[in-house]
Amino acid sequence: MQANTLSGGFTDPATQSAHAFRSVMEAMARPGAIQDIHGAAPPAPLSPAMGAVLLTLCDTQTPVYLAGDMDCQAVRAWLAFHTGAPLVGPAHCMFAVGKWDALAPLAVYPIGTSEYPDRSATLIVECSELAASGATLTGPGIKETATLSLPELDAFQANRTLFPLGLDFIFTCGERLAALPRSTEVTRSSSEAITQVGAS
Amino acid sequence: MTEYNFAYLDEQTKRMIRRAILKGLAIPGYQVPFASREMPMPYGWGTGGVQVSAAVLTPKDMFKVIDQGADDTTNAVSIRTFFQRTAGVATTTATSDATVIQTRHRIPEEPLHEGQILVYQVPIPEPLRFLEPRESETRKMHSLEEYGLMHVKLYEDISRHGHIATSYAYPVKVEGRYVMDPSPIPKFDNPKLGDMAAIQLFGAGREQRIYALPPYTQVVSLDFEDHPFEASKADHPCGMCGATDSYLDELIIDDAGGRMFVCSDTDYCEARQTAGHKGKDAA
Repeated sequence: MQANTLSGGFTDPATQSAHAFRSVMEAMARPGAIQDIHGAAPPAPLSPAMGAVLLTLCDTQTPVYLAGDMDCQAVRAWLAFHTGAPLVGPAHCMFAVGKWDALAPLAVYPIGTSEYPDRSATLIVECSELAASGATLTGPGIKETATLSLPELDAFQANRTLFPLGLDFIFTCGERLAALPRSTEVTRSSSEAITQVGAS
Repeated sequence: MTEYNFAYLDEQTKRMIRRAILKGLAIPGYQVPFASREMPMPYGWGTGGVQVSAAVLTPKDMFKVIDQGADDTTNAVSIRTFFQRTAGVATTTATSDATVIQTRHRIPEEPLHEGQILVYQVPIPEPLRFLEPRESETRKMHSLEEYGLMHVKLYEDISRHGHIATSYAYPVKVEGRYVMDPSPIPKFDNPKLGDMAAIQLFGAGREQRIYALPPYTQVVSLDFEDHPFEASKADHPCGMCGATDSYLDELIIDDAGGRMFVCSDTDYCEARQTAGHKGKDAA
């Protein structure tokens, strides 16, 4: 248990976090594009990608909210040792970590203020799958359209209407991640709409 | 190399800058405040750009620095050497080979491609600053999308000069929301800001602001229906390579009023000369 807490961080923090950040930045700059991210071996239920994102972005200045089963002793201890990030409730967090269902409701997270829209939470969502299919994305960072498997649509459409306020999302799965900033328009893909019509 | 942490800055500082970059990308054109550090060079020499570059560089990157388009001026040489020494990155002058390009006041002539990052050095990030000196007021104006004052300024240009006389740091509107200062690039470069394949990051060290344009972002130069925006340049071909589509510097070459025009982008000009293009002043 103790050994598990102390291991699993970056072995070469400066260069590994630089590479990890480039993956996160490319993901945030190109919504829907799936990036590889390596270097972390955190305890379950954190995925390696989730661990790498936390090691890259979190420190003593970033309050973190652990949602649902992420809020366990193994994760608390690992995060405390490797980042020192204070653990807080959802209303005061800068980063929220959890599975999609555990993170709801989204209304409690800070969305920034009209003068400081950057003071908003980033939700890091652990997904069981991550694929370039499903919802259609358009907006800054996307040449024409992109597709990404999203847990639902309504929440992201509602989030877009808050722009320039709103939440930003990073989806992690295994050693891969994708992102969805508040600026992205999310619509049901046409093929999916047809299946829905056929079903009803 | 061993005397410094990778890329000079400590890890805590880099994390802080990286978080600001991510919020900047999520809110295109909005200036994210960040805790700018003192750098081993004076303000005005690209301390903001250097901090952004330090936060994004990896050891695998190919780094290029330009100052007014040139790879071989003091500012460009010193920043390039700085990262050679502190990050051990490979450097280049070829635009297409570079993965990270730090620039002062120009966008390279050659179109950038996906996978490249363009880092701008910004002196005054606030486009409204010369119209309204109070930060508390300009912040309110951005939050209320109150940009009438900027149009008044451009209108006054027209009423005094007959045309919009602003020729550099020409204000743009990003995705129909934030008015942004593109840094003092000539307005000739403004059309390249929008729909660019590369990621554009802007760093202002003294003013402690970072902002960003994700790839393929809509960027519109402010104008009027009857006075549309015009990307202007000196009406000459380059004296060295003969290019008619590049931004030109005017050089005084003697005491008798002699002058020549040459590409400000040295890599573009040299590549054209190597390919056999010749201007009228070429030796």
